[in-house]
Amino acid sequence: MGKTIIPIGPYHPLQEEPEFFTLTVEGETVVDIDVRIGYNHRGIEKLSEMKTFENSTFVVERICGICSTSHPFAYTRAVEDIFPMEVSMRSKYIRTIIAEGERLHSHLLWLGLAGHFLGYNTVYMWAWKLREEILDVMEILSGNRNNYAMFKPGGVRRDIRSEDIPICISKIDSIVPTLVMLKKAVLDDPVLHARLKGVGIMSYQDAIDFSALGPTSRASGVARDVRKDSPYGAYQEMEWDMIVTKNGDVFDKAVVRILEMFETIKILKYCLNNLPDGEIDAKIKDVPPGEGIGHIEAPRGETFHYVKSDGTNRPMRHKVRAPTFMNFPTYKATVKGQTISDATIILAAIDPCYCCTERIAVKDDKGRMLYNGQDLIRLSREKTEKIRQRMGGK
Amino acid sequence: MIRQELLLDFTSRFHADILDLEDKSNTRVYVNITPESIVRIGNYLFRNVGARFNIATATDMPPKIEILYHFIVEDINLLISLRVFLDREKPEIESLAKEIEAFNWIEREMSELLGITFIGHPDPRRLLLSDNWPEGVCPLRQDYEEWDITADRTRGV
Repeated sequence: MGKTIIPIGPYHPLQEEPEFFTLTVEGETVVDIDVRIGYNHRGIEKLSEMKTFENSTFVVERICGICSTSHPFAYTRAVEDIFPMEVSMRSKYIRTIIAEGERLHSHLLWLGLAGHFLGYNTVYMWAWKLREEILDVMEILSGNRNNYAMFKPGGVRRDIRSEDIPICISKIDSIVPTLVMLKKAVLDDPVLHARLKGVGIMSYQDAIDFSALGPTSRASGVARDVRKDSPYGAYQEMEWDMIVTKNGDVFDKAVVRILEMFETIKILKYCLNNLPDGEIDAKIKDVPPGEGIGHIEAPRGETFHYVKSDGTNRPMRHKVRAPTFMNFPTYKATVKGQTISDATIILAAIDPCYCCTERIAVKDDKGRMLYNGQDLIRLSREKTEKIRQRMGGK
Repeated sequence: MIRQELLLDFTSRFHADILDLEDKSNTRVYVNITPESIVRIGNYLFRNVGARFNIATATDMPPKIEILYHFIVEDINLLISLRVFLDREKPEIESLAKEIEAFNWIEREMSELLGITFIGHPDPRRLLLSDNWPEGVCPLRQDYEEWDITADRTRGV
């Protein structure tokens, strides 16, 4: 049978990381995959060398809109590691609150989009409705729904007012019943079991070899979480569980993210209830020459920043490594041998940007258009519908 | 394995290749090694010690180019950074990507942004820069200058 090349991507400026996939398919089966990134390369590492240590915080905040706190968090920890110094307990708690609020809305966003691709638009609507509540909480705490601008080397920029805390807690509590319902709807649905189990499996060894991070690795049985392994912020102050599953398929990746949301709510509520008093800013004057590394657990995995200082007020070198940089190449292991209708959800399961999956186009070897992105989402939904009918239900 | 044992074992095993070891803090160790030994030491940390590869960071520091390979031993929360210095005129080092998949992309990135050649890399194509970017122009070198005279860099502020 002849091979067909399927180009996916590359570009959607609203998304965090545009990329270009080339799928080689034989009939329905994907036999090879290649990835090309760099379409939105903005030269932030170079740009950061021209900013002061304080200003770079806001540059890295704009690397990504969804996880806009993970980069400043890792960056400020990298700068603090140059000394090395510890920030005050109160700013550690505030940092943790912001980071966990972000994890909650990021996972809800993923859950909604995953439902959308599978033809479960109710999940999409519910998840994004819940996400609004969290964004409201973030707005109360920081003044912004996204790009919170809360971080600075040495502490945080804004304090949390004690009168805001009860309303935040009640808002967080208000989403829990719906979240439990959503969890049941997703995890107990026989159609979703049939649709997602055994699809896009990443083995334990692959997760190690690719150095996969975050929920992507934890779904494959690799107990790896920077919050537990290299404690930072206020994470060692309270009890919470790392969610690890064994199968490594798309279903398990969804399970990890859904269960993780409940842990995140636990952490958030503990931090808000037990916020200690104290200073929020260490008021760093000069950064000494040296180098520092900061790494934190973002919603998608470990974000890693390396900063080298030569004693001036600007970084001499600033290296940024987002979690998707390590998680992307795992496609090589997960997509091969799967069908085109599953490729969409496997690519989405790692929680990269969705632009690629919405902009898939299938061409035959003469370059004629066979399917576009809409068609592939339709294929994915039809498969779900077929399974649903085979199982005798609506 | 506790921290002290691991470092002791590490230094005795590779004492000929280690030029310098800086024990910066409880969680950070910087080890200066010879470029020839990177594949052996990197493999040892990844396969035998079970460390996770974080990332590598390269810096242009005339007259040398420095590469740091960051590995984290998660059980004991120790970040080991292997430091190598390469000749800036002809930066070449053995590739780790042919044995460990995790090194694939970052070596491609360093090769285009700083012009380092990774010998034996299985897939030495470009990763980030566009196809019309000229060969041999490395944006993260200290002496980088704007090459595209037609580009409009006004930011409209």
